[in-house]
Amino acid sequence: MKVQTKDALRLKPRSVIPFGPQHPVFPEPLQLKLTVEEEMITEAIPVFGYVHRGLEQLCAQRDFHQMVQVVERVCGICSVMHAMCYCQAIEEIMAVEVPRRAVYLRTIWAELHRLQSHLLWLGLFADSFGFESLFMQFWRIREKVLDINEATAGNRVIVSINVVGGVRRDLAAENVRWLLPILEQVETDIRRLESTVIDDVTIRKRTVGKGILNGDRARELGAVGPTLRGSGVAQDTRQTGYAVYAELDFQPVVETSGDCYARCRVRFYETLQSIDLIRQAVAGMPPGDIAVTVKGRPQGEAVARVEQPRGELFYYIKADGSKNLERVRIRAPSFANMPSLVTMLPGMWFSDVPVIVLSIDPCISCTER
Amino acid sequence: MFSMTSTVLRNLVTRKSTRLYPQEVRSPFERVRGDLEREAANCTYCGVCAAKCPSQCIRVKKATATWIHDPTACVFCGTCVETCPEKCLHHTERPRPPFTAKDATITEGFKY
Amino acid sequence: MLANELIIGLDSLLGEAARLKRDGYRFVTMTALRLNGTRTEILYHFDRELHFRHLRLTVTGDATVPSITPVYFGAFLAENEIQDLFGILFEGLVIDYRRTLFLETSIEPAPFCRFNVKRKAKSDSPAGEER
Repeated sequence: MKVQTKDALRLKPRSVIPFGPQHPVFPEPLQLKLTVEEEMITEAIPVFGYVHRGLEQLCAQRDFHQMVQVVERVCGICSVMHAMCYCQAIEEIMAVEVPRRAVYLRTIWAELHRLQSHLLWLGLFADSFGFESLFMQFWRIREKVLDINEATAGNRVIVSINVVGGVRRDLAAENVRWLLPILEQVETDIRRLESTVIDDVTIRKRTVGKGILNGDRARELGAVGPTLRGSGVAQDTRQTGYAVYAELDFQPVVETSGDCYARCRVRFYETLQSIDLIRQAVAGMPPGDIAVTVKGRPQGEAVARVEQPRGELFYYIKADGSKNLERVRIRAPSFANMPSLVTMLPGMWFSDVPVIVLSIDPCISCTER
Repeated sequence: MFSMTSTVLRNLVTRKSTRLYPQEVRSPFERVRGDLEREAANCTYCGVCAAKCPSQCIRVKKATATWIHDPTACVFCGTCVETCPEKCLHHTERPRPPFTAKDATITEGFKY
Repeated sequence: MLANELIIGLDSLLGEAARLKRDGYRFVTMTALRLNGTRTEILYHFDRELHFRHLRLTVTGDATVPSITPVYFGAFLAENEIQDLFGILFEGLVIDYRRTLFLETSIEPAPFCRFNVKRKAKSDSPAGEER
C-alpha cells in the first residue's frame, strides 16, 4: 500500500513493457521486462528460455571427440573459441602436447573469428540506432573475412577446425600469400570508417553517456570482455598466454568512460588489433605437424578459458575415464554480462534500450546453451 | 562530420559488391565442404563414418549394403571424409541446393 | 581436484564468499555436478588477476543452499540455472525465477538430476514473483 501512495503522489504512471523476444534490433530471442515510469526505466528483468537446448547434457550421448562439433554449435559466431577452449580442457586432462604449428593455426582462426564477430557487431550496433548505411559497410567488409574462412577452413562460420590434439587443416604457403593482401584490404576499409564510428555527431549523440558502468561495479558484477575493458579495467583473458598469445605482442584495448561509446570504441580498435595479431601469428608460424593422435580416454577434471569476442569463455570438464564425459559446464561471456545489463538499464530512457542492450553484444544461444 | 558522405559517394561510382545470385555464381573455393558424396564402388560398408559422425546423420547396413545419409541433419564437419578407411567419401565444391522436402540419400550397393 | 581449491561447508559458504569479495575476487561462475547417490557438488569459481580460486561445496538431496547473491549480485543467473537444472533450491536469491529461468514449471524432476527431489510441499506460493 505504501508503494502505491508514493506512486500516486509522484503522479507517474508505472507500467511494465515486454521488450522482445521478437524485436527488430535483436538477432536472438531475449525478453526484457522493463518497468517504466513514463519514459524512464526503473527496473529491468531479463527473461530467458527461448533457445535453451541442453547442449551440456549431450555429453552423455556423444563421445569426447564428437563433443568438439557439439560445443562449436553453442554459438553461431564464435565457434572456433568454443572448440578451442573445450580442446584445451581435454588436452589438459589427458596431458596432450599440441604441436606448435597447430597452436599457431588455432590462434589465426580464432583471431579471424574475433574480427568477423566484431565487424558483425559494429554493423548491428549501427543498425540499432538506425544508421543503415554504416551497417551495410561493415557487413561488406565482414564478407571478405568470411571468404578467408571458407577458403582456408572449408566452412564460412562454423569452421570445424579444432580436434582434440591439434587442428584438422593446414594453412598452405599459397593460402598465406593470398590471405595477407585481403587482410590489408580489410584494414584499409575499416580505417576508412574510423572517423565515422569515432567522431560522427549522430553516433556520439546516441551512445555517449548511455548505460554507464564504472570499473569497480563492472568487476563486482563479474562483467567480462569489452564490457569490462570499456569500463577501464585492463583485463583480457589472452593475457594468461594460452595458445600462442604469450609470444605475440599486444596490449588490451581499454577505454575509461564505461558507456556505450566506450564499448563501441573498444570493439572497433580490437578489430585492428586482431588483424595485427593474425599478421604476427602468420609470420611466426613454425613448420611441423598439425595434430597428434590422441589415444586413451580422459580421466580427471579441468577448467579452461579463452577470450571470446564477447569476453571470457569458461569451460569446466569432468571425465570419469569412459568414452563419454561426465560433465561439461559452459559459461559463455554473455551469461556473465547479463547482470551488468540489468544494472545499466535503470535510469535510462526507453528509446536508449536497444543501444544499451546491443552494447554488451548479447548472445542468447551462448547464454542458454 | 562528412566522412560518411565520401564513403557514400565512393559507393556511387564503384561497382556493386553483391551479385545477382542465380544468374551469376561465384566460383567455389578449393577444398570447401559442400555436399557429401560417396563412391559406392570402393565402399566396404564398414560403418566407421556412421560411428564417428557427431550428428549421427549416416546409417550403414552391412547386410543389405545400404548407406543412408540424411543431409538435413548433416553439419558438414568433414569427420566422415577424414576417417573413411577406403577414402570413398568426399565433399563436392558446391553447397547443397535448397530443397523442398526432407529426403535422405539412400544408396543400395551390391554385396561383396 | 582442481588447483587452488577449498572445500567448504554450508555454514562457511557466505563468510568465505564475503572474504573473497573483500580480497577483490571477481565472480566467474558456478558449476553443479551430480555425484553418486543423492549428493550434488557445487563449485564456485572466482578469479583475481587472471588466477582462479575455487570453492567446493557438497550438498545432499533436497538441501537448501544459502544464496551468495547478496554478496555477489552477478551470481543470480548461475544460481537460478542450478535451481532449474539440478533442483537445488537457493535461499535469499535477489532475483528468483522459481525454476522458470530456462524451463517451464511443469518440468519435474530437474533434467540434470539423477534422483527425484521430494519438494517440501511447495509451500511458498508464486505471489510477488518476477515473471
